[in-house]
Amino acid sequence: MNPFSYTRAYGLDTAVEEKVDGADFVAGGTNLIDLMKENVTHPQHLIDINHLPLQEIEETESGGIRMGALMRNADTAYHPLVEQRYPLLAQAILAGASPQLRNMATDGGNLMQRTRCYYFYDTATPCNKREPGSGCSAINGFNRIHAILGHSESCIATHPSDMCVALAALDATVHVKSKRGERSIPFLEFHRLPGDTPHLDNTLQADELITAIELPAKGFADHYTYVKIRDRQSYAFALVSVAAALELDGTTITDVRLALGGVAHKPWRDTQAETLLKGKQATRENFQQVAESILANAQGFGHNTFKIELAKRAIVRALLEATQNEHKS
Amino acid sequence: MSAILETEMLPGVSSPGVAAPSVSPTSLITLKINGVEKKLPLAPWTTLLDALREHMDLTGTKKGCDHGQCGACTVLVNGKRINSCLTLAVMQEGNEITTIEGLAKGEELHPLQEAFVEHDAFQCGYCTPGQICSAIGLMNEGKAQSRADIRELMSGNLCRCGAYSNIVDAIDQVMNERGKHA
Repeated sequence: MNPFSYTRAYGLDTAVEEKVDGADFVAGGTNLIDLMKENVTHPQHLIDINHLPLQEIEETESGGIRMGALMRNADTAYHPLVEQRYPLLAQAILAGASPQLRNMATDGGNLMQRTRCYYFYDTATPCNKREPGSGCSAINGFNRIHAILGHSESCIATHPSDMCVALAALDATVHVKSKRGERSIPFLEFHRLPGDTPHLDNTLQADELITAIELPAKGFADHYTYVKIRDRQSYAFALVSVAAALELDGTTITDVRLALGGVAHKPWRDTQAETLLKGKQATRENFQQVAESILANAQGFGHNTFKIELAKRAIVRALLEATQNEHKS
Repeated sequence: MSAILETEMLPGVSSPGVAAPSVSPTSLITLKINGVEKKLPLAPWTTLLDALREHMDLTGTKKGCDHGQCGACTVLVNGKRINSCLTLAVMQEGNEITTIEGLAKGEELHPLQEAFVEHDAFQCGYCTPGQICSAIGLMNEGKAQSRADIRELMSGNLCRCGAYSNIVDAIDQVMNERGKHA
């Protein structure tokens, strides 16, 4: 690891005050410290935010919950309010990483995860995300784990998170703070597509700190599932994942949420495709139709082209499972 | 030990491209390991794993991949299992850290250590300290209700000798003895 200096922040104002160029916040450290060891990132200063008062889940006046950004992933997944009202989120979190990592990693940090593109990690190869303008090694390289939707000529990396796929489906809001004040970012606007600036993973500004993630009242606790398809059954990143949530009146779909992981630079949610299902019957044929619609513009790069068909099948399977699942609590 | 520390400081101070004055060399860090508080002069970039192995002679905790992928470095922090390779020692000040060396009571092994011996739950033994600390964390969490759950919740610990089935047997036995699952 490159040398750096270290301070510990005990108050929010101090924390954002110290966030100058060359400084990074560290919380769980599970991704950042690894990237520092790999020489992919080399902050000159770390601000340890583990002692900030952002460690609780509170109920909001509008019937939702507000999760402090420093909640550990495991504590969030096993929290009674999440288990009972947002089981899709709990299931997605527990599908990711390992128990050790979930004990360390924070909810805010989960949003800030970098891609696991091999070339992003390999400092001997060009990568526009790591070194803007150097080129993309994945497009004509090994790209089995790469994006099939929303990619650009500059970058075909995917966002690695499972938790974020559920948060996209559940219409979360990200609360952030800087010296300039506070603001809220709708979840679908938090992560971004690569375009010609793939070094920017998200819309968080350099001086901003994530303070909380808020969920609206509607948790789809009755009909939901998170389907994750990967190379081994546990402790692997998704090739394709689907967060599906349904609201049913008998067999009629009154509301639906569908988000995909492992397919794009951000959790992929196609709200137009969702409207195709509203008011329709929960049948395989209708699910197939929406799957075709979501993947209509998908493009693979050779090794990852199988993901297009895989994603369609995963969507159908997830929606069928969500239809049948009755939440047990 | 001091010689090692001094050589570790040097690159930090002289490395090009780094604002030298802002880089603190070592500072005195207090760590509570296996019930004993120790003050150590450590650079901020020293991981908890390296602090244990290189600065405290606690080599029971193993360095496998050093990237959080193998689980050999698993220790308990305030009773929760974590990868000690992915946290900085300085971030763990004020916490109770337990390593494999802190499990036995004198000559009396921890029940999981006994069970690992009884079930041949290792071959080369390199992953074993991490497996055992991880299993203690798993039992503290109280979420495993079946052998399938144990397998899933131990997936953060690799065993390249492939002793997995015996590892599950050992953990399952201790959990049954403690009545932790039906």
